[in-house]
Amino acid sequence: MRVARHSFYEATARKRIDGLLDAGSFREFCGPAARIVSPHLPALGMPVAFDDGVVVGEGTIDGRPVLVAAQEGGFMGGAVGEVHGAKITGLLERALDVKPDAAILLLDTGGVRLHEANAGLVAMGEIQRAALSARHAGVPVIVAIGGKNGCYGGMSIVARSCDWIVASEEGRLSISGPEVIETVEGIEEFDAQDRALVWRTMGAKHRRLIGEIDALVADDVEAFRTAILGFVGRPRPLDLDALEAEHEMLSRRLERFWDCADGRDVWARLGVNDPASVPALDAAGFNGLVDALSGGRP
Amino acid sequence: MEHLEFDYDGTGEKPARALALAGVVGSGNLEVLIEAADLGGRCAAVVDTSVRGFGETWRQVLADFFARHGLSDVRVSINDGGATPAVVSLRLDQAAAEIKDAQA
Amino acid sequence: MSGAIERVLADLFGDGHGVVRDGGTLTGVARFDGRTVTVVGTADRAVIGADVALKLARAVLDAMRDEPGRPILVIVDNAGHRLSRRDELMANNGCIAHLTRCLDAARRRGHRVIGLVHDLAVSGGFMATGLSTDLCFALPGSEVRVMAPAAMARVTKIPLERLEELSAANPVLGPGVENFIRVGGLEGVWDGDLKARFREALSRPLDGADMRRSLGESRGGRTVAARIAAKVRAGASS
Repeated sequence: MRVARHSFYEATARKRIDGLLDAGSFREFCGPAARIVSPHLPALGMPVAFDDGVVVGEGTIDGRPVLVAAQEGGFMGGAVGEVHGAKITGLLERALDVKPDAAILLLDTGGVRLHEANAGLVAMGEIQRAALSARHAGVPVIVAIGGKNGCYGGMSIVARSCDWIVASEEGRLSISGPEVIETVEGIEEFDAQDRALVWRTMGAKHRRLIGEIDALVADDVEAFRTAILGFVGRPRPLDLDALEAEHEMLSRRLERFWDCADGRDVWARLGVNDPASVPALDAAGFNGLVDALSGGRP
Repeated sequence: MEHLEFDYDGTGEKPARALALAGVVGSGNLEVLIEAADLGGRCAAVVDTSVRGFGETWRQVLADFFARHGLSDVRVSINDGGATPAVVSLRLDQAAAEIKDAQA
Repeated sequence: MSGAIERVLADLFGDGHGVVRDGGTLTGVARFDGRTVTVVGTADRAVIGADVALKLARAVLDAMRDEPGRPILVIVDNAGHRLSRRDELMANNGCIAHLTRCLDAARRRGHRVIGLVHDLAVSGGFMATGLSTDLCFALPGSEVRVMAPAAMARVTKIPLERLEELSAANPVLGPGVENFIRVGGLEGVWDGDLKARFREALSRPLDGADMRRSLGESRGGRTVAARIAAKVRAGASS
């Protein structure tokens, strides 16, 4: 029975895990009682969190064993520091040992935690390598994006190194934050206050239309669960042919759209009749549009 | 940062569960970890807060909390990002409700 | 700065190499100790845009197609990823991820992938290149950083003076090759005989395990990551 819609966007990392996994199945690794906190924040006068902003563990989804990590976007913007990164890396390396049906990463992050910048950057390189190792071992790695911070910085590279990405309409996936582009390159390059522009450039609908993500869902934990479940046990090939196919897809995208100034121009060229209407579509209406376009999608 | 430690008389039952966590550390917010602990019936609290100089307020808020909930043999650990006393009490109540709930 | 990249390439491969510079990118092949080496990378503090990432990825794919096991030298010299609306519209993160997946695939297919930082590597630009190699070194005088100290002070709201003081004491915080060596993000500095250094890196026995955490631990720069990752891998509750 489906009860009232439960916002993924508003939920904490722990509530997201509770909603995704089978009731009572989650077992946390190195949980808050272990007090594995950042060794770097106190010196900067910053409060720590008992889980360093990420919850990792194992459980089942529809009876199938999975590993799961959920970033807590409320703590330091979900940013990756030394401990936070090591927990995700260790979880993905565990996939090599226990071969779950999937490893699931609920990402909600601005990227590297500047307060422990060098450790965070290298940690993201390690997370990426561990994710690819899990994939080479045949374990699909599934990313979900739908929190307040979106998925930015180095973690946006990590996300696109995984098998599947599920995002809500509220999800954003990009390497640079709008504010960073505006600060460095000027407001003419990017007006970070223009939220509609942010969504047309970095939002989940644009990402779905150009083939960067695999499923767009409503902002509902149950909708995420259903979409994620559809990818459990389904690893994507990662061989040379798959890399060549990806290269072809990306090269074709740049050829077709490099002169586009706005997401609406890209969508029009993809065959969307009324690009201005796209932002207002709900998930079902949008997915209908994607299905109708699927012949022409890059 | 300021580190504070408090100790109170226990006034009630031991908790039903081993631990509960409420809240997230952020600006104006805090996390409360409450754990069953063998403290000879007493209660303890440890607070790490980003705002210095409010020791007496913390002592009072925590004293009210333990009196209100009738707990014994529990340790409360708090990481605080500058929450108001109202938010602190809310998180404490959420954590207490969870650790006392044998069904959860 | 240790001199133009052309001089570095000439020191490594002599004058007859086939590495071509096109704007900010470097691609091509060279001969070293009687074998062919693919060189990919950037120069002059290039910014890694979607087009640059795909161009480098193509060269890595070609190396894998052309000759199984051929070594790949990644020249790392960038001011980060390109900050532009167009690159974001095209999903630069996806293009950079593709480049890093190609480098990763090369490593796993038995190509020795060596990174060499020349002059500068910044954040996403370092992740796009140096962090996807088997071993990444830096030339003397180069710098690796996440963010320039003044910007970092602004974003973290920690006064610059205090930040610099803290950076001196903690290698996870401040910029610099030495700090990245200590956290395990760089293997070391290549000074003196570049040929000898490259030869050693090509022949060093590696088993494919990610050694960066244990390096960070033994060098005292990243002291808890290895232990915590191991605990989580073991499924420890505490």
